[in-house]
Amino acid sequence: MLLGGLAAGMVLFIVSVGLSVTMGLMGFVNLAHGGFAMIGGYVVVLLMNRLGVPFIVALAIGFIVVAAISVVFERLLYSRLYRATELDQVLFTIGLVFVMIAGITLLVGPETQPLNLPSWMQGQVDLGFVTYRTYSIVLIVVGVIIMLGLWLGFERTRMGAQIRAAVDNRRMAESLGINITRLFTITFAFGSGMAAFGGGIGAEFLGLDPQYPLKYLVMFLIVVAVGGLGRVTGVFYAALIIGVLDFILKKYFPQGGTVFIYAMTILLLLWRPQGLFGRAP
Amino acid sequence: MSVTSMSDNPAARALARRHRFQWWEVLPWLLGLAFYFAFPRYLAFGTDVLITILFAISLDLALGYAGIVTLGHAAFFGAGAYTVGMLAKNGIWTEPITLLILAGVVAGLVGLASGLVLLRTTGLTLLMLTLCTMGLLEESANMAADVTGGFDGLDSLPIKPIFGRFEFDVLYSSTQYLYVLAVALVCFVFVRTLVYSPFGHSLTGIRENTLRMHAVGAPVRWRLVLCYTISAAIAGVAGGLWAEANQYVNLSTLGLDRAATVLIILVLGGYGRLYGAMVGAIAYMVLEHFLSKAYPTAWQLGLGLLLMAIALFARGGILGIVEAFSRRRDRDRKP
Repeated sequence: MLLGGLAAGMVLFIVSVGLSVTMGLMGFVNLAHGGFAMIGGYVVVLLMNRLGVPFIVALAIGFIVVAAISVVFERLLYSRLYRATELDQVLFTIGLVFVMIAGITLLVGPETQPLNLPSWMQGQVDLGFVTYRTYSIVLIVVGVIIMLGLWLGFERTRMGAQIRAAVDNRRMAESLGINITRLFTITFAFGSGMAAFGGGIGAEFLGLDPQYPLKYLVMFLIVVAVGGLGRVTGVFYAALIIGVLDFILKKYFPQGGTVFIYAMTILLLLWRPQGLFGRAP
Repeated sequence: MSVTSMSDNPAARALARRHRFQWWEVLPWLLGLAFYFAFPRYLAFGTDVLITILFAISLDLALGYAGIVTLGHAAFFGAGAYTVGMLAKNGIWTEPITLLILAGVVAGLVGLASGLVLLRTTGLTLLMLTLCTMGLLEESANMAADVTGGFDGLDSLPIKPIFGRFEFDVLYSSTQYLYVLAVALVCFVFVRTLVYSPFGHSLTGIRENTLRMHAVGAPVRWRLVLCYTISAAIAGVAGGLWAEANQYVNLSTLGLDRAATVLIILVLGGYGRLYGAMVGAIAYMVLEHFLSKAYPTAWQLGLGLLLMAIALFARGGILGIVEAFSRRRDRDRKP
C-alpha cells in the first residue's frame, strides 16, 4: 500500500530533481522541464517498441539524447533569458511546451504510448512481509540509489561544491572564479537527462501522451517549491511526501485528494516561502 | 520656479497630455458597434471576444501595471461565473445587472482574501501560490457537485431580461453582444481613469522599483492588495458576463487553460498598455477561430513558436512593435 506511493514519489523525485537544481542555480522558471521528461519517455518507448532495444539500454540512450538536445536549447535559447523577467521566462517555456506537444503529436501521434516492461519487472516479488509488484520495488531501489548518488555528488565532489556555492550566492561564487555559465550548462543537461530517465522509467506509472508536460506541470512545480530550490535532499523528501499523500488520498478520497495537496502547499509556502528544506534567503 | 515655466517644460507637457482623451480612442468602440451591424451571424463569437478583452484588461491591471506575475487569474473569472451560475440556477437572484455586481463583489472578496496573504511573497513563490489557489478553487468546485454541478457544471441558467425588456437568446446573441459591449465600455473607462490616477502611477512605480517606492513612503503592500482586489473584481465581472451570455457555467472557467490563454493574449497584444488587451484578444481569437479546429496541432505549434519569439525578441507584443516603428519614424523625421 505505502509502497505504491513511495514508488510514485520516486518517479516524481527523479523527474523534479533537475528542475530544482536549475531553478535554484539560475532562478530560471522552467515550465518546460516536464517536456524533457516526455521526450525522454518517448525515446525510450519508441526504441523499445520499434527497434526492440532492451529497457535499460533504452533508458541510457534516452538520457543521452535528451541531455544533448537540452544543451542545444540551453546554449541557443535559454541563455538569452537568464536576465529576463520571470514573465518572459514563463512565456518562453510555455511556448516551448506547446512546441514540444505539437512536435510529438506530429511525429508520433496523439495516442497514449504503452510501455512494455521487460518480463522480469512484471511479476510480483515476495519481500517476506509483503508481496508487491517488482516494478514498484525496482523504482524505489533505483530512486534511493539515485538519491544517494546525487547526494554524494553534491556533498563530496568539486562540481557539487561549486553548484552548492552558486545556489547560495551566485555573485560570490562567480567572483571566486567558478565558471557559472559552464556549470549551468552541465547542470541543465544533467537535470534534463534525469528528467528523461524519470519520464522513461516512470512511463508505466504516469502514462505517456503528448499532454504529459501540462498534466504534471503543477505536480513537478509543487514538489520543487515544497522541497526548496536547489536542495537534492529537500526534493527527495518532498517528492516522497507528496507521492505517498497523493496515492493515499486518491485511494480514500478520490474526489477531494488534490484539494488537500493544493491547500497544504499554500499553507506551507506561506509559512516557509523558501520551501520545507530550503535555506532562508 | 513659477508654475508657468513648469508646465512649459516639454516633459511636463508630455506627461500632462498622456491622460488626455485622444480622438482615436473612440475608434475601438465604434468598430465594436459596427461589428454588430456588419456581422450579425458572428455575434456569439464577438461576445466571446469582448468578454475575453475585459478579462485581459483585468489581468493587465495586475500584471502590466502593478507587475504582479500571476498564473491563476482564472480563479476570479471562475468565481464570478460561479456566483452568477449558482444564484441563478437556484432561482435566488436572476436579474442580470445586479448579478454582475454581485459577481464582481464575490470575486473581489476572493481577490482581497488571497491578495492579503499571497502578496507578501514575490517571484516563484507568488507564481506557485496563485497557481495553487486556482487549483484549490477548481478542485473545490469539482468536489462540491451538489451546488456547482461538478464536472458537468450548471446549464440553462434562468437569466431575466435586461431592464425587464431585452431577452437573452443563446442561439442569437444580439442582446448579449450589446450588453457585453456596454459593460466592457464602463469597465474600460474605469480602468483607464484608474491607471492614469495617482494610484495608477504609484502602481507603475512599484512595478519599476519597489524599493524606491518603499523609500518614498508609499504603502506598497496595500496598494498591491487594492490593485489585486480591483483586478479580481473586474475579472469576476467578465466571468459573470460569460455565465450570463452562455447561460451555463462549468469548470473550464476556472482552469489553467483559461489562465494561460488570457496571459498569452495580453502578452501578444502588449501588456501595460490598456489597448494591448484588445489587440491581443482580437488577434488571438480570430486566428484561433479559423485555425484551431482545422489544424489543431499546427495551431499549437505556431502559438508555441510565437510565444517563444515574443519572449525572446518582442517583449512589448504587437503594440510594442507598432510603437517601436512609430518611434523610429519620428526619429528619422527630426534628426
